[in-house]
Order: sequence, then C-alpha cells, then structure tokens
Amino acid sequence: MLSEPQKDEALICEIETRARALRRHIIEMVGKAGSGHPGGSLSSSDILATLYFGGFLRLKPEDPLWPERDRFILSKGHAAPALYAALAERGFFGKDVLLTLREFGSILQGHPDCRKTPGVEVSTGSLGQGLSMGVGMALAGKLDGKGYRVWVLLGDGECQEGQVWEAAMAASHYRLDNLTAIVDHNHLQIDSRIEEVMSPEPIAQKFSAFGWEVFEANGHDIQNLVNVFRKAATVRGKPSAVIADTVKGRGVSFMENQKEWHGKAPKGEELERALKELSGDHLR
Amino acid sequence: MIATRDAYGEILVELGRENPNIVVLDADLSSSTKTEKFAKAFPERFFNVGIAEANMMGIAAGLARSGKIPFVSTFAVFATGRAYDQIRQSIAYPRFNVKIVASHGGLSVGPDGASHQALEDVALMRAIPGMVVIVPCDAHETKEAIKAALRHDGPVYVRLGREKVPSVLPDDATFEIGKGLILWPDKRREDLISSVSRGEPKESAHLFDVAFVASGIMVKPALDAARILGQEGKTCLVADFASIKPLDEELLVAIAKNSRLVVTCEEHSIIGGLGSAVCETLAENYPRPVLRVGVRDEFGQSGSAQELLDAYGLTAEGIVETARKGLSKV
Repeated sequence: MLSEPQKDEALICEIETRARALRRHIIEMVGKAGSGHPGGSLSSSDILATLYFGGFLRLKPEDPLWPERDRFILSKGHAAPALYAALAERGFFGKDVLLTLREFGSILQGHPDCRKTPGVEVSTGSLGQGLSMGVGMALAGKLDGKGYRVWVLLGDGECQEGQVWEAAMAASHYRLDNLTAIVDHNHLQIDSRIEEVMSPEPIAQKFSAFGWEVFEANGHDIQNLVNVFRKAATVRGKPSAVIADTVKGRGVSFMENQKEWHGKAPKGEELERALKELSGDHLR
Repeated sequence: MIATRDAYGEILVELGRENPNIVVLDADLSSSTKTEKFAKAFPERFFNVGIAEANMMGIAAGLARSGKIPFVSTFAVFATGRAYDQIRQSIAYPRFNVKIVASHGGLSVGPDGASHQALEDVALMRAIPGMVVIVPCDAHETKEAIKAALRHDGPVYVRLGREKVPSVLPDDATFEIGKGLILWPDKRREDLISSVSRGEPKESAHLFDVAFVASGIMVKPALDAARILGQEGKTCLVADFASIKPLDEELLVAIAKNSRLVVTCEEHSIIGGLGSAVCETLAENYPRPVLRVGVRDEFGQSGSAQELLDAYGLTAEGIVETARKGLSKV
C-alpha cells in the first residue's frame, strides 16, 4: 500500500501525462479541422485532465448514461476539442475519431452535442447556460437521493452573461453542495482582455457574495488542482466554486496570452511548431 | 366558464399524483399560471426559481437530462421571449423532455397591455426544430393536451389564456398531437379524409363555401361565424387545429379540397402562427384562397379582453366580415 503523498505522486504523473496528450490532440484536431478554438481549449486542459483522470468523475465509458455517473458540463462549449480529447483518452470513443472534428457527419460537432457524442452531458456553445443545467442536475440528484457530483466548467468571459448569476443564486438558494463550478480564468476573450471588454471581476468575491464556498487555484498546477477539487467536493450545505487562474493557449509558446488564438487554427509551420513544443518537455 | 390556465392547474395535480417524475418550475407567477395547486400538493417537486426565466429553462433541461419530466410555466411573453435561446439551445437542440406551458397568451390578457400580451409566441416556438406547439380552445382540450404532452417524449409548448372561456368541445372529445378536429358539421375527421381519397367531392356544387380553421379562444367565435353565415345560406365547416405543430396536413388538405375558401382564426399575429402554417401547407399541397384573421403586425394595448378582441376584429363579426370579403372574390 502506497502512502498518500506517494500515491499522489503517481496520480499527478498520470494526470500530467494525460494533460500533455490532451494538448497534442487539441492541436492535431484543430489543425486538421482548419478551424476551432485552441486558446481556451489549451487553458482548460489541465483542469479537464485532473477531473477525468484524478478520480473526480465516476463514469462508465461503456454505459455513458449510467444513472449514478458524476456529471461534467462544459459550459464554455467552444473548448470542445479539450473535452473530446478527454473523452477519447477516457475510452468513450476511439482516438482516431478525434481527427474528424468539425467534419460533415462527424460525431464531434464544432460545439458539444450530447445527442451525437457519447460522454457529452449536455449541448453547449451558446455561453452562460451550462451552470443552470448543472443546477437542474444537482437538484435531481438531491430529489433522487443519488450521490453523484456535478462539475461545470465556465469561462471567465462567460461570467459576463447574466444567466450565470441567476444560476449562482439558485444553486446557493437550494444549497446544492453536490455542485462545483470551475472558472477557467484565462483573462482573455475574443476581442481583448476581459478586464478591458467588460470586467467580471472580482469573480471570486461575486461567487462568495452569492453564497458559494470559493477556492482559488493555479489552473496549471496539477497537485494544486487535485487538492482544491478534493476540498470543493467536501463542502457541505452550499455549492462550491474554484477560480482557476490559467493562461490562454497554455503549452504552445506563440499562442500563450494571445487573443488571436482564441478561435484560429494553426497551419503549416505553426502546426508543426506547436506539435513539436507539445511533444517535448516544454510544460514541465 | 373556466380559464384554460385553471384547467392546467387541476390536471397537473392529477398527473403529479400518478407520475412521481413530474416536477414543476415557475418564475414567480404560480398564482397566475395556477401551478400553485401543484406546489401545494407536492411542495418537494415544485421549484419557484424567482424572476429568472432563462435560468428556469436551463434548470428544466438539467432535470430532464436526469430523468425528470419538468413542466415549466410563466407568461407566454416571458417564456418564449426572454428565454428563447435557452429553449433553443438547452432544451430543443438536445430534444430534452421539457413541457413549457405558458399562460396569458394573446390579447385577452387585457389591461396589462402590450408588454404582457404574447402575439408572436407561437411563431417563435414553431420555428424551433422538433418543438410541438399546442393551443387548446377550452378547459377540456387543455387537460387532454397536457396529458398528450406528457405522453410525448420531447419538448412541447402549450399556450394557455388568462380569461375564463366557455366549454366548446364535448366531454368525450379526444386530443392527439398532430390531429385536428372537425367541430361543424357533424363529420368525423377520418370520414372527410377518406371521402377525399375516393375523389370526392365530384362537383364544385358540393363544396363548403367557407372552412374555418381555428385555434385557442378563436374556435368559439369561428363556430358562431359559421352559424351566422349559415343563416344566410352559406355552408361552412369549422375545424379546431389546436395542434399547430405538427399540423394535421392530411385533414387540412381534405378540408381545402372540400371548400371554396379557407379562413384561419387565431389570437396571434398573422405572421408565423396558425395562419402562416395553413398557408404554407396549402401552397405546397393544394392551393386555395386563404384569409387570415389575427393581429396584423402590431402590438396590443390596455383594455378589457372583450374591448381588445372587438378592436382587433377577433370576434364572430370580424370573422364573418373577412369571410364575406373572401367569398366575394372566389
């Protein structure tokens, strides 16, 4: 039996390996598709890898709608490549399917479609709607006395949508301690820095004021994410939020902190360079 | 005289007793939409989400994904207008089993005025792929429609009214999604359709002068209009098309083949509602002159329900006038 720290070491190593795989998949998929959203997919890769491979999501890939499953909602639906990569790594479908992203007839739509892709919980893409659906699922879990947890990943720019705060109010009102919201706080949206466009800050204090237990995390430090997600899952009597500080485009040097890479596919040399960086030790 | 919203409140309690998966959501209007009856009977399955319609639709989507059958209620203008994108993206696109039952449709909302009078809700909901749209005409049909909505697996929009309305249908009238009902003359839907398939009517002399195709509170005035015109020697048919989507195209075409003129009657804008649906179907299948009675590209205003219906021509007299105009041309 391994002691806890050693066990974590192996777990962290596993999550980091998966996160690197996710990033490579993302670049390959978006590169092949010729369009898509690499920036916000890369910023959320460590968060997704931690959720899917850190023991936070009890799932049965062979039975995607297993009623007891934990739920994950990608409210920032444009990070679909990251979600698809995580689902393929987890075994919901073959990794070869990833390269069909955005193609006509593919099960991998430009934004998540739960009717087409096994493992995708709900359909998203129009921002601001995922947290409300998470509230509905958490409420159903309470009604049915089920032990599942609902995790919702939001963008920081997405927090400009009023519906996010309607849902935040409701989650707190219904004391949904089986619900955790994670904000991928990468500081950029399509047009500019979020603070310049329309600042949603202070995001942590806002969730706190709405009655949530709030944690802050380094969204690229796997051990930190593991620790914080564990804490969030033990909160009782109210919902929990994790504000994860991230870098948009994380892992590809020329994409990092560049708003231009929000919704642009790398081509030719860019693609090669990106994949080369991701195959090395750049992230360590 | 019972308001369709009251019938909804009653049937919801009955169905809630039989089906433990039914949950009800409201946005601070439960005393008006009548979901308060369900709230009282099953408080643990009722969620008043406050004045936040967009969130309400999202919560309903999440509940539906988890096996619940949410009935979501507020005024029609808010359900379809404030939360259109949530209905489209969170509910209809994944085809979640959510029933949106909106009260206070149409001009007959009365004194609250235009801000509260939904005149384009049917158009909005009809345009969403896979959405079933039902506008019942009385309390009985409302209850049958709600039961049918529950039997249907997928999103449904039911539009109800504020005012008390007379009973129009016999107590044994059935309702089926996608099926219209001939109310006058005493003829079964199936008989009319099969007579058409036999090549009848063979002579134009056997055609009805006017066929009224109506929904909601306009069914009753359409029946009255048929009676008035009948006294003038005109032969009329009246059909209740509560199921606006899917539309009973088979019956509609059979009606058109048996009539010189079709007049649609709805408490809704003539753009995008029943009138549009009828025109689209007939234009493609059996072109016949169609005139639309409804609100003509304008907002409502304050007034009593009757004053407004009179002012906008949504009355038996208004329908008769339209029919006469049409008959003078065919």
